[in-house]
Amino acid sequence: MQDFIQHIINGVSLGSIYALIALGYTMVYGILKMINFAHSDVYMVGAFAAYYFARFLGIENNPGIATLITLLVVAMVCCSLLGLAIERLAYRPLRKAPKLNILITAIGVSLFLEYSGQVVFGADPKVFPEVMKDFVLFKIGDVELKSFDITVLLVSVIAMLALEFLIFKTKIGRAMRAVSSNASVASLLGVNPDRIIAFTFIVGSSLAGVGSVLVGMKYPKIDPLMGMMIGLKAFVAAVLGGIGNVGGAVLGALIMGLSEEMVVAYLSSTYRDAFAFGILIIILIFRPAGLLGKYSVEKV
Amino acid sequence: MSDVLLEAKNITMQFGGLKAVDSLAFQVKQGQLAGLIGPNGAGKTTVFNMLTGVYQPTSGAVFLEGQSLQGLKPYEISHRGVTRTFQNIRLFKGLTVLDNVLIAGHQHMRYGLFAALLQTPHFLQSEKDLHDKAMELLKIFHLDTKAHEPSCSLPYGEQRKLEIVRALATDPKIILLDEPAAGMNHSETHHLMETIAKIRDQFKLTVLLIEHDMKLVMGICENIIVLDHGIKIEEGTPQKVQGSQKVIEAYLGVEEGL
Repeated sequence: MQDFIQHIINGVSLGSIYALIALGYTMVYGILKMINFAHSDVYMVGAFAAYYFARFLGIENNPGIATLITLLVVAMVCCSLLGLAIERLAYRPLRKAPKLNILITAIGVSLFLEYSGQVVFGADPKVFPEVMKDFVLFKIGDVELKSFDITVLLVSVIAMLALEFLIFKTKIGRAMRAVSSNASVASLLGVNPDRIIAFTFIVGSSLAGVGSVLVGMKYPKIDPLMGMMIGLKAFVAAVLGGIGNVGGAVLGALIMGLSEEMVVAYLSSTYRDAFAFGILIIILIFRPAGLLGKYSVEKV
Repeated sequence: MSDVLLEAKNITMQFGGLKAVDSLAFQVKQGQLAGLIGPNGAGKTTVFNMLTGVYQPTSGAVFLEGQSLQGLKPYEISHRGVTRTFQNIRLFKGLTVLDNVLIAGHQHMRYGLFAALLQTPHFLQSEKDLHDKAMELLKIFHLDTKAHEPSCSLPYGEQRKLEIVRALATDPKIILLDEPAAGMNHSETHHLMETIAKIRDQFKLTVLLIEHDMKLVMGICENIIVLDHGIKIEEGTPQKVQGSQKVIEAYLGVEEGL
């Protein structure tokens, strides 16, 4: 029983990291109806930005809250700027182009970032700065609550609550929902869709930045292709929850994190990825719109 | 010149080989309730799309208070005070009735992102003002009790009204109504027209409306522009338009000599 609870905690911790990245996919999809394949590489750049900045400040072996916050801010700022640049330079010129062109461009941007990363950062893995010491924070029975998991949970929950507030309580959030619902009408009511789209990229990318530091803390080996697998899984999580639906992305990510942890714990770690993509296939067959997605039948 | 609010100077819209609107010129005076009528496919909605920046006229230009709107994006034109409703209802379906109205009021709100995250008094006050104003507008159309319902759950007639409320919330100088009574029965239509006349007086608005139903336009419009195949065939008071041979021909067809 203790084992089981321990696995739940680990699974939720992993799931909340997936959620941070899945939110970026789902928000951009919600507003532009496109899959931003470069999102996982924005996440990778966030990790490297934090790595180099920590070395620059000489705080790579200086674990503590201050280091954590500094690196979170650095990764968020760098990711937002990169996300903004990608939107401005790669996607905006194609706003009126067919969806397929934008999709292919997104794949291109993704490959560009991955291989530029190998040239600029080097293909060899780097060791992420020690953000925090991993120690047992609480012990309830035999269940250990470690500082890493608590940090991951706390930071993700704060980030998601901030996002929730932003989307549902502020004018820019309302504008985001309006543009997502119907961009041309929003424009006629005085909302500048380009600004809202750029803002969406900033928010989504900065959440990926948060994710990158948390992953770097937990699995401190970073390389330019590190975004591939986690990006794919976050994408599956977004589809699982219903792409375009913010709550769905979080739900999907938690399911992914938990099921992955359970597969590793009770079956075999060989099947962790197979299981993740198995879920995707099943969802696409039985609920193509995702768990919380609305499947709309086009009226004729 | 001073009392002309909106002026179209020889606007033409060409889609490939088709001239949907051909050098159309008209003026709408300050405070006027004007009507744009014409048979199906006459180009009425295309005119609205040019006035609001959805389309850029192929040639000619639109002027608001003497200033050209050429090259402006729809949201910039909205900021200058031109707003519209749609022939086929286009609400933000997933959003509540109130949110639909609040979005239209955004352009008059000035607070930054950090003010919102820190919940500064300025942020809270401007959100409250916007909210109060939206509720007031909803009340005029008796929609205030349904403010928190999803907009798509409203009955058809109320959705139409909500579109008008949403347009009013942008604080416009002129409101363009695209077939506001489409799909309504006779008494609903009658009621709506009274409301339109009422809001015109209350908000000191100028109204330009597209309508199919000739009777309705005749009832409330002061100036009527008749469009057929993209060309203005008549303009004037309801009496003048009603008696015009050209208008009768456009609507009923030319009598073939027997």
